[in-house]
Amino acid sequence: MAQPIAGIQKGCALECRGVTYRLPSGTALVSDLNLTVARGETLVLLGRSGSGKTTTLKLFNRLLEPSDGEIFIAGRPSSAWDPIQLRRGIGYVIQDAGLFPHWSVERNVALVPQLEHWPEERIRARVKEMLELVGLPPAEFATRRPSELSGGQRQRVGVARALAADQPILLMDEPFGALDPVTRAELQREFRVLASRLEKTIVFVTHDVREALFLGTRIALLAGGRLAGVHAREEFLNATEPEVRAFVASLQLSRGDEEVR
Amino acid sequence: MNWYDFLLRNRGEVLERTAEHIGLVAAAMAIALAIGLPLGIALVRRVTLQRWVLAVANVVQTIPSLALFGFLIPVPWIGGVGASTAIVALALYALLPILRNTCTGITGVDAAVIESARGMGMTPQQVLWQVELPLAAPVLLAGIRVATVISVGITTIAAAIGAGGLGVFIFRGVAMVNNQVILAGAIPAALLAVLADFGLGVVQRRLATR
Ligand SMILES: Nc1ncnc2c1ncn2[C@@H]1O[C@H](COP(=O)(O)OP(=O)(O)OP(=O)(O)O)[C@@H](O)[C@H]1O
Ligand SMILES: [Mg+2]
Repeated sequence: MAQPIAGIQKGCALECRGVTYRLPSGTALVSDLNLTVARGETLVLLGRSGSGKTTTLKLFNRLLEPSDGEIFIAGRPSSAWDPIQLRRGIGYVIQDAGLFPHWSVERNVALVPQLEHWPEERIRARVKEMLELVGLPPAEFATRRPSELSGGQRQRVGVARALAADQPILLMDEPFGALDPVTRAELQREFRVLASRLEKTIVFVTHDVREALFLGTRIALLAGGRLAGVHAREEFLNATEPEVRAFVASLQLSRGDEEVR
Repeated sequence: MNWYDFLLRNRGEVLERTAEHIGLVAAAMAIALAIGLPLGIALVRRVTLQRWVLAVANVVQTIPSLALFGFLIPVPWIGGVGASTAIVALALYALLPILRNTCTGITGVDAAVIESARGMGMTPQQVLWQVELPLAAPVLLAGIRVATVISVGITTIAAAIGAGGLGVFIFRGVAMVNNQVILAGAIPAALLAVLADFGLGVVQRRLATR
């Protein structure tokens, strides 16, 4: 029943070649990014606040256009994709949820399936499934407005919305950032299973090293708009770049609560 | 005889003039909306042009209504003595609040929500109709409300150029130096304005809390 969306097939890849994004003023927010995301992998973009993670994600779905270099999606330059079609093929979790305040939770989650003209009952079933997945019982939450939710609940609705249309590519901008540690751990575990089962190509943004190590097949560290290093999960702890060392050191400082978890 | 007796005795004509009055306002508002909404939407992202258009609309707003009615009479097609001239003038007055609130209403929609809509793959049309307009609706409605109340008031002056409406009583009363007759026009006109203001206010509040 699932139709391939916008011609993006399952298991495709993303690639940045020498990508720079500059503001009209000339300031570069990200510089010379070279990065590939393999089919079915979860690449974590790790970096401190302001390092350019969100900017990088927006380049992938053409909310921003590279000033230099090129981005390839499923082997085609992003500029060759129709931006609307491209975005419909990419699930996107926005950093502060970005829900429509005038729509119910239900309708927000149904957005992309609706744009894709799924049949009504299929949308309804899917919305229910997604809300249950993110731990928001539909009976209680489906008809609420975003303003009637806590920050963490809104964030989970944002995740449900991004997963609803089951797109082959997922961009997730700190999707669990506003959650308490217990809910976060639950969703991380659930998400890891989901990611490996569904073979989606995922770019996952976080500034939490533990989350990066738990979810990422590879970890790309952004510092000041540049890639400071890209490592497989297993190699990350032993990497030598000073920026990576700084993140690893922050992990050791919080060893105590790591063991509690 | 007080104004109330006069009103009762002449209720046929009062009702007729009230209907005329409402008709003039409705026609003018329909034209102002048909022009103001699309024009406002088109001007949202054309900041410089928007400033110019709003400035012109502002100037129109400052022309005394009697003068504007007078100016329009000799204009071919729309001019002449009668309702059509009055409707054009009224529409010009209603245009500014509608135009201004359409622009500010849409401009005021949270940019993050619009970016989110684009990021989800909505077309510009879908963003406009499903996100920008609904979220701007309370501001749009405030503009329509102001425009309607202004029109109800100015329409009383349209009687001066033979357009009819409740102004007929007012001008007749002035000519007869008869307060009862003036009040028979002024009070229903004021009631109409209050009613329109109240009714649209209710709708506006309902939209805002949605
Ligand atoms: N439109 C803009 N104009 C000017 N500066 C901007 C703009 N957008 C982003 N920036 C700057 O670019 C840098 C990178 O921003 P970005 O949102 O990509 O950071 P981030 O890594 O996602 O940070 P966080 O973890 O806090 O979300 C920041 O220093 C930010 O201030
Ligand atoms: Mg960010």
